[in-house]
Parts: sequence; C-alpha cells; structure tokens
Amino acid sequence: MHEMSIAVAMVEQATEAPAAKGHEKVTAVRLRLGELAGVVADSLRFCFSLACAGTPLDGASLLIDFVPGRARCEPCGAEWATGMPPQLCCPQCEGGRTELVAGRELQITGLRHADGEPPARTAHPASVQAEES
Amino acid sequence: MCRVVDLHQAVLVKNDERAGALRTELAARGTTVVNLLSSPGSGKTALLEAELALAASRGVPVAALTADLATEHDAERLARAGVPVKQVLTDGLCHMEADMLRAQLDGWLPDGTRLLFVENVGNLVCPASYDLGESLRVVLASVTEGEDKPLKYPTAFGLAHLVVVTKDDIAEAAGFDEDAFRANVRQVNPGVEVAVTSARRGTGVGLVLERALAVAAGGAVHRPVMARNGSDGVGDSVAGGGTGVEPGGVDDAMAGGVPVRGRS
Repeated sequence: MHEMSIAVAMVEQATEAPAAKGHEKVTAVRLRLGELAGVVADSLRFCFSLACAGTPLDGASLLIDFVPGRARCEPCGAEWATGMPPQLCCPQCEGGRTELVAGRELQITGLRHADGEPPARTAHPASVQAEES
Repeated sequence: MCRVVDLHQAVLVKNDERAGALRTELAARGTTVVNLLSSPGSGKTALLEAELALAASRGVPVAALTADLATEHDAERLARAGVPVKQVLTDGLCHMEADMLRAQLDGWLPDGTRLLFVENVGNLVCPASYDLGESLRVVLASVTEGEDKPLKYPTAFGLAHLVVVTKDDIAEAAGFDEDAFRANVRQVNPGVEVAVTSARRGTGVGLVLERALAVAAGGAVHRPVMARNGSDGVGDSVAGGGTGVEPGGVDDAMAGGVPVRGRS
C-alpha cells in the first residue's frame, strides 16, 4: 500500500507546482503510469481520492495514461512487449544486454484548474501548454 | 473556465532527490549504504547478524538500522554483534523513505562507518519503489519461498544489485530448485549475481560482505535492466524526458474528465 504515499506526493506536487500558483482548485491530474512501475492503478485511484480531501484537489479526477512495458536488445536490435512478469532477456538471441524502452513511468504530465485566475505568465511561461478555454 | 498546465514531473522526485543528496553526503563521510529487501521471514535479520559479526571480527566499521512496523526485537538481536544498531519503527508504514533514513543518522552514525546496512520493512512490494540513498540494493529470498518469487515480485528482484538466497542449509528438505530460481532471476534482471547463503552455517556470508566492501571501495555495481529507463539510478521513476503528451493533447484528453485508461 505505498500507493497512499504516492497519492500524497501527487497532491503535494499538484499544489506546489509553480505553474499552479494563483489557482484555487485543481479539478484533474493526469498521470503516466508504466506497467512495471509497481503501482496498482485501482489502489492509487482510491488513495488519491482520500489524499485529495481537504486540499485544493478535493474531488479532482485522476486521469491515468497506461504505458506498456517495452524492451530492446542492444546487440540484435529486437524489440518486444515485456509483459508481466516482464521478460527482460531477449526472446530472439537470449542475451541479457537489454534496455527498457518504456514501462517504469510514474509521472504527472498535466493539471487542470477550474477558476478564472490564470497563473502568472512571467513565473514559468514554458510550462504553460494550453490556453484558457 | 479552466486551464490546463503541462507539468512533466516524476511523482517520486522528492524522494529521489533526498536519496541522491544522502548518497552524496554519506559518500563524503566515507559511508556506503546497503539496502536489504525481502518478504517477512526470509532471513534478513539472521543474515545481517552474521554479516555484522563477520565485519566486526575483521575490524570493518559497520552499523545497522532495522525497520519494522513495531517491536525492537530485531535491534536487540543485531546489537549482540557489538556494533552500532538502531531500530526504526514505521508506525504501520510499509516501507522506508529516504528522509526517514536521514532523520535517524545525526548523533547516532559514528564517523568512519564503512558500511551502513539498512534492513528494510519485510515487504517485497512497496520498498522497491523507494531509493534510500543506497549504493547496493540486496534482495533476499529463502529456499522455502518458491523458485518463482522473482516472477511474482518483479519490481523488487528486477531492481536488485545483488540477489541472495538464504537458508541454504534447508534447501534439500525444502526441495529448492536453484537452477529454476536463477532462471527466474535472469528473466527479470539479466546479469545480476545470485549469492547462496546460510547464516546458520556461515556459508556465503563472506561473499556478501566482500561485495558490499567492493562497492564501498568504488567498484562497479550491476546495472539492472529495469533501472535503465532513460536515466540512471535505482528508484528513478522518470521515464525518458520529453515523451509526454503533445501540446493541445492534454486539454483534449482532459476535457472529458474521465480516466483515459486504467490497469489493463
């Protein structure tokens, strides 16, 4: 159940993000979650709803982009879906010099705010991707 | 009215930063952290008792910090080796985090400690996600736990720098198939060394200590495939940097307000 620690960290980061300053409420958090990240999505959803209570994220939805595990063999170039439990030896040449291409992601990629106060553009303009809608 | 902010930030970035700072700080003090992970009852404490006794007999300055949800039983056992030992009670938390370890050190960890062993909470799931600032992560499995343990807990075994089999003295009675275990370790962590030990007989104890001292001396550490995801380091939770959602896509996908996709 380290999902609660992860949920608490997500709430902290969503609240403290420089680009989020000036907003009263976060209505959604978007997360990239890798197949091999060791985090259970359903458990995280449950913990997230609890961790948000009483914070500017109260009632926020959690949008999860699931990233399948993929690995590549350096010597022979084969690329495959790792599956779970992951196959990290090359299924083609049986070598162990493998790179993980994807699957360990645990990353907040976006926040959605609902209020009329835009964040200060001078603070971190590069981090503001979308316009008001 | 709403606004979408793009924020590529690893959820565990704070822990990773604290762990990195702790690793640097301890390196400056000449101390290397060894993080021991296993399920409850697989013999972390027994192996650690043997490692501490051996290190003490060789005059290697070592210390141990042991974490449990409750009781100080493990610290009492480990203290018999005559080296500095401290118990951390997590009050129910299933894992150690870097700042929890950092908070224990001042006024306790003697200067000149070569190796600091951290016996993590008995759990093969949660501790795997948290870098404690260790330079060597050792994941243990006893011969009674089944050869498929590495497949059942791939994150823990997949991020190990060294895998240790414990209780080898009862391997035959338990019907332990070492070859099958090694094959399963290789599937999730190709190239990692597997050390077979018996704390009761004292076999393999020296090998584990040697490996830890080699790392402390600046020797190369195994790099697990699972840790090679666009960056270095155990516990690193960031996937390759700029692979996020393209501008515009964030807003579109969020507009619906429903989870895009859950667990497959």
